[in-house]
Amino acid sequence: MVLLLLLIVWELIVKQTGVPDWLFPAPSQIFQEGWNGWEQFYPHLLATLKLSLIGFLIGSGTGLITAIILHLLPGLRDSIYPLLILSQNIPIIVLAPLLVIWFGFGLMPKIIVIALVCFFPITVASLDGFKQTAPELKHYMNMAGASKSQLFWKLELPYATPSIFSGLKISATYSVMGAVISEWLGAKHGIGVYMTLASSSFRTDRVFVAIFWIMILSLLFFGLIKAAERTLVRGQFKGEIK
Amino acid sequence: MTLLNISNLSKSFGNETILAHLNLSVAEGEFVSILGPSGSGKSTLFHLVGGILAPDEGEINLNGDVISGKRGYISYMPQTPSLLPWRNILHNVTLGQELQRKADKETAKDMLMKAGLQQYMNAYPNELSGGMKQRAAFIRALLSPQSVLCLDEPFSALDELTRQEMQEWLLGTWEEYKKTILFVTHNIEEALFLSDRIIILSSKPAQVKAEVTVPFSRPREKKLLLEDEFFKWKRKVYNLLTSTADEYITRT
Repeated sequence: MVLLLLLIVWELIVKQTGVPDWLFPAPSQIFQEGWNGWEQFYPHLLATLKLSLIGFLIGSGTGLITAIILHLLPGLRDSIYPLLILSQNIPIIVLAPLLVIWFGFGLMPKIIVIALVCFFPITVASLDGFKQTAPELKHYMNMAGASKSQLFWKLELPYATPSIFSGLKISATYSVMGAVISEWLGAKHGIGVYMTLASSSFRTDRVFVAIFWIMILSLLFFGLIKAAERTLVRGQFKGEIK
Repeated sequence: MTLLNISNLSKSFGNETILAHLNLSVAEGEFVSILGPSGSGKSTLFHLVGGILAPDEGEINLNGDVISGKRGYISYMPQTPSLLPWRNILHNVTLGQELQRKADKETAKDMLMKAGLQQYMNAYPNELSGGMKQRAAFIRALLSPQSVLCLDEPFSALDELTRQEMQEWLLGTWEEYKKTILFVTHNIEEALFLSDRIIILSSKPAQVKAEVTVPFSRPREKKLLLEDEFFKWKRKVYNLLTSTADEYITRT
């Protein structure tokens, strides 16, 4: 509703002030371009979709595994955790050209970029989830003689599932962005490529088409993760923990 | 026959001695309550029996084996029900078994049925009342294969009426299965109503101050709580609990 209102206001302003198309196109023009240019755009969309999916799976997979390892080895966690946070302060934009120097123009540097973007939210969210396991449940498990692996599989992992999913949701939306950035490094197809081409030829309407598709993809990923969460995490979990 | 034997057990944290040379034993099939003021080290004693703490001194024996500092030899029911929120009741009550070996769903179903929880087998813990959750927690402990059941103030969070109902139910269930129970409480009435023997602890450091063999015959019913004889014993235990050790010696 708010979105619709925003689009209407945007349309009206553009029409009223007579801003040239190449500076700021009206939504109607953007949609028209999106519709007409679909044939052209579609391969780019597919490429980005594939790239972000692969990157997301690899990034979240390594993120989760890292979290599990760090959780099971608390000594390691305390020394690695600050490094993880530091690693997030390196701007991806700076890192990307370096990755190209190291790994060339293939798929590898792109996937590394996406994986790096996805990795952090999941690791942090899962680690927090493991750590926040209700102490009274942990106490029960210990008193009842649960081994370390039983404690993890039967209590800590299920307990952390909602946290892991909130990490996944953030990563899923980041992954599309990461894919677009990685495509700027040089690629044949992808929304990132389309965007660069469009902006260098002043096709602002196409830039906006790309932006809208990035949003749609992000929302789609987000929705999928949310649906998976709903089937995996029981609604009852929201009830009291005791 | 002595099943659980605790001898000369001491534990301190930093400079504070919590348990000092504590001795107690529990016979097979016996219901023993440990009564003591809050902060008297009852929980520490349980943590030692459960093996999540190791004693500074002394030894815990179960059936002749030393179990001090070893986990998995007792089954446990904590103060809060501590049911896992993502498991239904049936899967929750078999958790204790799962930790040791395979879950036995048939016995679990049978016990839930007897506890009046049959409609709740597939329900999740947050759909149950406090009393029902504690029933499930007790069944979980009963189903665990270990011979000694440790109950840590299991009814302290319940309201008075539910608590009485739960005590009666617990007693009935226990009389049927005759497991060995070590029961921690700070409620004199509860200790008298439920147990064969009450061990009264002094506070800081905890030592066995007195031991009372409860004379009431079993099966016990709720009306026992209102008998004169019960009040007499309650008074006696109360005096034992509140008097200092020296006073107690001079009085007897």
